[in-house]
Amino acid sequence: MKWGVVVFPGSNCDRDVLHVLRDVLKQDAEFIWHEQRSVSGYDCIVLPGGFSYGDYLRTGAIARFSPVMQSVERFADRGGLVLGICNGFQILLEAGLLPGAMLRNDSLEFRCQHVFVRVENADTPFTHAYQKSQVLNIPIAHNEGNFYADPETIRLLEADKRVVFRYCDESGEVTPESNPNGSLRNIAGIRNEQGNVLGMMPHPERCSEKILGSEDGLHVFRSVLEFWGGGYCE
Amino acid sequence: MSERFAQVGLSHEEYLRIIDLLGREPNDLELGLFGGMWSEHCSYKSSRLLLGRFPTTGSRIAQGPGENAGVVDIGDGLGVVFKAESHNHPSAVEPFQGAATGVGGIIRDIFTMGARPIALFDSLRFGELSDARSRYLLGGVIAGISFYGNCIGIPTVGGEIYFDECYAHNPLVNVMCVGTVDTHKIVRARAEGVGNSVLLVGAKTGRDGIHGASLLASQAFSEKPEQKRPAVQVGDPFMEKLLVEACLEVLETGHVVGLQDLGASGLTSACSEVAARAGTGLEIDVAAVPRRESDMSAYEVMLSESQERMLVIVRRGLEREVSKVFSKWGLDSAHIGRVTDDGMLRILDNSQVVAEVRAKHLADEAPAYSRDAVKPAYLDEVNELDLDSVPLPEDYGVVLQQLVRSPNIASKEWVYRQYDHMVQLNSVVLPGADAAVLRIKGGTKAIALCTDANGRYAYLDPYSGGAIAVAEAARNVAACGAQPVAITNCLNFGNPERPETMWQFAQCIDGMSDACRMLDTPVTGGNVSFYNETLGSPIYPTPVVGMLGVIDDVSCVLTPGFKSKGDSIILLGRTLEELGGSEYLKSVHARVCGKPPVIELELEKACQQACLDASRERLLHSAHDCSDGGLMVCIAECCFGARAGAQGADLVLSDKIRPDALLFGESQSRIVVSCGTEDAHRVIEIAESRGVPACVIGRVDDGTICVSHLGSRLVDVSVPELRQMWKEAIPCTLK
Repeated sequence: MKWGVVVFPGSNCDRDVLHVLRDVLKQDAEFIWHEQRSVSGYDCIVLPGGFSYGDYLRTGAIARFSPVMQSVERFADRGGLVLGICNGFQILLEAGLLPGAMLRNDSLEFRCQHVFVRVENADTPFTHAYQKSQVLNIPIAHNEGNFYADPETIRLLEADKRVVFRYCDESGEVTPESNPNGSLRNIAGIRNEQGNVLGMMPHPERCSEKILGSEDGLHVFRSVLEFWGGGYCE
Repeated sequence: MSERFAQVGLSHEEYLRIIDLLGREPNDLELGLFGGMWSEHCSYKSSRLLLGRFPTTGSRIAQGPGENAGVVDIGDGLGVVFKAESHNHPSAVEPFQGAATGVGGIIRDIFTMGARPIALFDSLRFGELSDARSRYLLGGVIAGISFYGNCIGIPTVGGEIYFDECYAHNPLVNVMCVGTVDTHKIVRARAEGVGNSVLLVGAKTGRDGIHGASLLASQAFSEKPEQKRPAVQVGDPFMEKLLVEACLEVLETGHVVGLQDLGASGLTSACSEVAARAGTGLEIDVAAVPRRESDMSAYEVMLSESQERMLVIVRRGLEREVSKVFSKWGLDSAHIGRVTDDGMLRILDNSQVVAEVRAKHLADEAPAYSRDAVKPAYLDEVNELDLDSVPLPEDYGVVLQQLVRSPNIASKEWVYRQYDHMVQLNSVVLPGADAAVLRIKGGTKAIALCTDANGRYAYLDPYSGGAIAVAEAARNVAACGAQPVAITNCLNFGNPERPETMWQFAQCIDGMSDACRMLDTPVTGGNVSFYNETLGSPIYPTPVVGMLGVIDDVSCVLTPGFKSKGDSIILLGRTLEELGGSEYLKSVHARVCGKPPVIELELEKACQQACLDASRERLLHSAHDCSDGGLMVCIAECCFGARAGAQGADLVLSDKIRPDALLFGESQSRIVVSCGTEDAHRVIEIAESRGVPACVIGRVDDGTICVSHLGSRLVDVSVPELRQMWKEAIPCTLK
């Protein structure tokens, strides 16, 4: 399979995702420049973290209008796999590929730290290599990760098992103390109705190598590989 | 109305020297060019002669002082580029933008060398947290660093913060940036090749920051620093991120012969320096400079310090190819002039010559002052310390609790969790340890870096303070398992026109130089910040050292935290009966006096090498530098960072010295290591073969720190409670 990692001006985790895909998982992966109008030929598209277009208006608000996003939207509509990490998640919200919005962290501070998240749904193309309720040690790094949606949307997300990751403590308990940003119902990641689009605030690429302290994120990428049926080398 | 030379910050003598060099009176623009380039900030006129004392050569040094940043060859064709710079006065005036643009400025110095920036460090000093203005400055500076560094995608992985009243009106914001480059791709900032084109790239030029170098950075503050706000620049990290990527991409084309960032004194400095370094001249037309505001004069264009701009010297005929790369990244690039052979910096405005000055006169001919140096009178008085006048504490456990709550020792997590310290996927050892460790992808190597300085020591004895800053920074990287190889620095002092300041400065340089020679860590570059005083009251002399260490095998990396209960705890080094300048004396007894701890450089080197030998034999489970707060704080930190089940220590000490000096004294050249009990003998053998005293002082335990000394129990404290105090001290103070 072939991976594409979108590079917006101001993306800064693009090289990190490419490193994990190419150097750790030995995958066929390349950058997609934001001005590209077609994403044909790719099987999974990653929108990486960063500050696309400086995030000056509102996170993800400008990136959503970039030429590449029109083709990413069509790609997603046809069932293509799209993974948005951090700023990528924010862009997916702005583009309407996922419901809800991001508010500023309730601490009013940027937060970069390891957190725990619980896998709420292990039956998605991005998570089926995990066990349900598995607790992951994974880093976050954001200023706007405080997920918000209206009550009806939240009800639907919960009813459809579209909440994929939730902030929790080390033992897997979902508590107010383990919520690093104030997000509703400790939501850290959600999928769309069809299940082919995932947005998550934590950074799986930052915990995909033992030397960096945790490999808990690697299975996000491995799940996609297995879902696709492609082999990969250790 | 003051004299015209005073308006640009020059003296009468300097004005006469300019007339002498030109053979005529300068016009207003020419005088402005000299004002910027001959400012203390740009010319180092008070420090240049003394900086020559630093050792700057060594087998690993690929580029010493003189370019935008130094480069150290770490083998395998890889160079590490690093440099530190101060942004103290802008941060005092407007903390958010002052700190943000400080970060932006030093990043440009690194990618100007052709390197990809991979890490940032911040060495910060503020007044006491009880002071509202200091809290405001702290909040603004942290937010500014976080704003710029996080957006641009360079991890902020280390640094230090200290609080002392002397910095209340003049905080220090020193930023270090580190990059990596293929050694054969190092770029020099030189305008080579007559006829080549000069491009100005990046942000448009506005009226911000005019006279930043001369009137803001090179003068002491009066009562109302806010009045100098117009001299502070405004940062745009998104623009700089585009510049980083575009410049690195454009260098790959081979069409670029030289690259120079625009920093202090803007275009004036960039143009005169690239020409002077290459021995060429430059002719530029300010009318071609893209502007943010209309009706800007040539003077304003030449001295604007608008951020995020680069000067690019391009092979003639290839301008379009180069511009194409910049426009891909959405950046303006304007062809503003060409390289000439006559050595002149010739400035045109719509083809009319408006200034004509020899580039070397601006860049290299500023006066170099050998200023008077006199030992300050305060020293004899403050160096007096009769230990008998210091009462022994009743409860040593309470003292330990007091020390871990001191903001100088307390956890800085509140600060570093606001910085993205993981982006780029190289952070092997995260903030909070002795040094940050960054792996080099694609091999087994890693580098360890830290910044360090103790202003209190330098105040009490600038020679020792300088030497200890180098020694401790080296010890920090050695405690991570890295061989110290080179330093950069940021020297923060008061007004150089005061002989006492110059004496402190000279002493400090001598101390640093001696330590660098002994530890074989040459100086690759640095920065001097004078005039750090307000209303005649100077800061402590604060020589910040940025140290680089190299680890050949990243699997040998050491961290401070204990690993398993029962391990032997060994102290490498010896504890003397000394308390001068200690955090204990300041926090518990409210005294800043005595002499700083003795520093014996040979012992220092031996202690570091012993730690490295033992780590290479894979004997050690942890290592931690013993510094502020002494042995007890060191042990407490080893417990805070420990694995579950190993968060405690049981120590039995037998040194026949005052218990407070034993527990809280800051004797130098000490490292606390832990290892399996079966390996303790071998570790001690290694230390002794290097001539380093070493002994087992106890065992790793869990839950408590207990200390007995000569049969009496001095300390018995709960680690979870102590940890809570240490962790909460800074956030609680700020609430």
